[in-house]
Amino acid sequence: MHEHDVIVVGAGGAGLRAAIAAQEEGADVALVSKLHPVRSHTGAAEGGINAALRDGDSWEDHAYDTMKGSDFLGDAPAIETLCQDSPEETMQLEHWGMAFSRDDDGRVSQRPFGGLSFPRTTYAGAETGHHLLHTMYEQVVKRGIRVYDEHYVMNLAVTDHDDPEDRECYGCVAYDIKTGQINGFVANTGVVIATGGPGQMYDHTTNAVANTGDGAAMAYRAGVPLEDMEFVQFHPTTLPSTGVLITEGVRGEGGILYNSEGERFMFERGYANNAGELASRDVVARAELTEVNAGRGFEDDYVLLDMRHLGEERIIDRLENIVHLSEDFEGVDPLKEPMRVKPGQHYEMGGIETDENGATCIDGLFAAGECACVSVHGANRLGGNALPELIVFGARAGRHAAKRERAEAKIETGPSAKTEDGVVESPVTLGEAGIGDEDVAADGGALLDAPAGEVVERAVERERARVETLMERDGVNHAEIRSDLQQSMTANVNVFRNEDGLKQALRDIRQARERYQNVAVSDPSRTFNTDLIHTIETRNLIDLAEALTLGALARNEFRGAHWRQEFQERLDDEWLKHTMVAWNGGRPELYYTDTILEGENKTYEPKERSY
Amino acid sequence: MSTQIQKQEEEQAADEADAEAQSAQQQRRMERKRDRAESTERQREESAPRFGGRETRTLKVFRYDPEVEGKMEPRFDEFTVPFRQGMTVLDALMYSRDHYDSSLTFRHSCRQAICGSDALFINGRQRLGCKTQLSDLADPVRIEPLPHQEVVKDLVVDMQHFYDQMDAVEPYFQSEDVPDGLEEQRQTRENREKIKMSTRCIWCGACMSSCNIAAGNNEYLGPAAINKAYRFAMDDREEEELKQHRLEILEQEQGVWRCQTQFSCTEVCPKDIPLTEHIQELKREAVKNNLKFW
Repeated sequence: MHEHDVIVVGAGGAGLRAAIAAQEEGADVALVSKLHPVRSHTGAAEGGINAALRDGDSWEDHAYDTMKGSDFLGDAPAIETLCQDSPEETMQLEHWGMAFSRDDDGRVSQRPFGGLSFPRTTYAGAETGHHLLHTMYEQVVKRGIRVYDEHYVMNLAVTDHDDPEDRECYGCVAYDIKTGQINGFVANTGVVIATGGPGQMYDHTTNAVANTGDGAAMAYRAGVPLEDMEFVQFHPTTLPSTGVLITEGVRGEGGILYNSEGERFMFERGYANNAGELASRDVVARAELTEVNAGRGFEDDYVLLDMRHLGEERIIDRLENIVHLSEDFEGVDPLKEPMRVKPGQHYEMGGIETDENGATCIDGLFAAGECACVSVHGANRLGGNALPELIVFGARAGRHAAKRERAEAKIETGPSAKTEDGVVESPVTLGEAGIGDEDVAADGGALLDAPAGEVVERAVERERARVETLMERDGVNHAEIRSDLQQSMTANVNVFRNEDGLKQALRDIRQARERYQNVAVSDPSRTFNTDLIHTIETRNLIDLAEALTLGALARNEFRGAHWRQEFQERLDDEWLKHTMVAWNGGRPELYYTDTILEGENKTYEPKERSY
Repeated sequence: MSTQIQKQEEEQAADEADAEAQSAQQQRRMERKRDRAESTERQREESAPRFGGRETRTLKVFRYDPEVEGKMEPRFDEFTVPFRQGMTVLDALMYSRDHYDSSLTFRHSCRQAICGSDALFINGRQRLGCKTQLSDLADPVRIEPLPHQEVVKDLVVDMQHFYDQMDAVEPYFQSEDVPDGLEEQRQTRENREKIKMSTRCIWCGACMSSCNIAAGNNEYLGPAAINKAYRFAMDDREEEELKQHRLEILEQEQGVWRCQTQFSCTEVCPKDIPLTEHIQELKREAVKNNLKFW
């Protein structure tokens, strides 16, 4: 049993920032992560950090761009917090030594990005995330913050009060990957979840293999609702063969998209008459697929992204990493020919419902980064807004986790924020298969109402039993279940969605659940058993895929990244609300909460969104 | 500090007791599993894959597990995988794991040469599995864990020594003299360019594993750590006295002077960092620093 004031689960951008902030508050902090911190996927972020730093720019403009980008589904207090805090947090990184790209006068460079009214994307070549991650890890080393690396957090230790808002989180349980030991971690003041996105639900994704949404799934099963999960960002420019990301910075610097007829289709086909290639991501991704579906793509699969006209010097100065990626992973030298690109799953706008302090409805449980939903991004995230989200809300979550008391927040969380129940017709039973069957490798989060140590101890026992079961029995391997799930999500819950496809996905998810009943780990070893880790991850992916698809089926409108064949309009009268899916007695429950459009000094009026 | 150590010791004792209880259970489980694992293995060997005339590649993969009968003695396993253009060594390993043997163990995450998880010894050279095209390699492809590091299991090595060496060079920005609030420290484009290559390190450990000096001398800081120090020593945003301090760390017996310019690290670095050159440059700085007449 380990004990610390604050336990941070996940050591990417948000986790590292949370740990530093909690430590600055005087807390004894530990990071617990299945990957060593420098292996986190934050390191793969390329584009940059949006921050209003220059004359002629303002946090208000950044906020408006973000709200418009969100298709008016973001919450104003969250968006304004992001835009107000981002300049200071970005400069904090510079003061910690981050190697930003520089202008001639020695100041940090900024470039244009999609959906922005001002070039406010602060960058470090085309490897901004790599620099950010390493800079923050350096600070963690400097401060001597304890890191339990290669420890896989399997579950949270939460009390079992009926109302999630009465529950307390006292810590978590982690599996030491190297030795196979299962240990409890008691958190005296708070647990921060910062585990990143669930991109592995899809088979064509920019996300790392480790991005399996573990934290979001654990919080969900402990009773925290998942918010707006149906909004999945498909990045317009990923390499067709692997899903490797080609930064929006290419278009920011002047890169052009062409179809097979040589048309600059963003303009010539009227998708975005003003912004063209720099429209927001949802618009560009749909445009590309529309072109491909109309037979104007290449090999019925991709379009071309050309940056040769920028000249070698500028490309090497600002986008060098992209040259390597395109050469190494697609065999195309972008200095000599256009790159091949197509949309790929990239970012989950939704996640663990939190307020602007990173707090969830469970006392002592916080979340930040891609796994959380504040909601800053609403129905579509702007490029360059994910990295500021990590540092702004990572810092806030860390600070608040270091104090046990709940802070005032403008955003309400938990069931008490409910405005109406959701009704959606599913073709299959949802939730756990075989409830009541003791042999199920399943779990809730809630345990019992007892002192912290006991709750954590009980959680440890339960996880040991779970691992025991998975290792003991013979059964099916998880790999095929995961791969079938990924294929179904890619086929049915992609950029273009319709009712039949979504229902098919729910059927496939149900089937995955049933097969998972008999899942088993065949590697008998306790040393570095990745078979076991991947098996547990697969369960997390199933839960999240179900919540996501349920929300997508319920939302009968077209907003941001959520396009529905049957509903081609944004319906503000009915749908200016957040989708909430809560795990209740082993079943997902759907309800809604209102979107907050009232900001500090103004109310954001939903407008027709055009670029 | 001492209470901290005490606390850690207590934790350790508790962990050990815990481990014992867990290991008894483990013992029973392993006996039951072992038989099954062996029969699965037999089946695997009998059902050699047939890909109906499709092009295939053969992997010879190093296997070792301190806990599993039959794997305690290191050995090589062969996997035949269907080949398609663009397939990487990592793709082939994942295919083998997901289709033939789920106990095949290796680190990997990003698939795009940025997380540094899957540095391996492939056909006798340190490379990233995700960045290495099968089409560039002679068949069969021999895949081993990084040399000169302790093997945990299969292709997974213990990285702790690598991390310790990194920590030894105070790998963090130390300037205290930063402007207030929203002002950045100014840095010329030239200076950023100077440190650019050194900042690309992804801590994969390929260089350390390829270095003959590091192989025979655990005290040597090694190319990755020295490169990390270079990244700060050459950054104009840190003051002169800090640079002095960094050079003192690098000048010590196990620092830059152990390097014998064999260029192995530079050859294998997947991010093309001119490591040897950085080390030589620091040697020159160290000499100048000690002569002090210009």
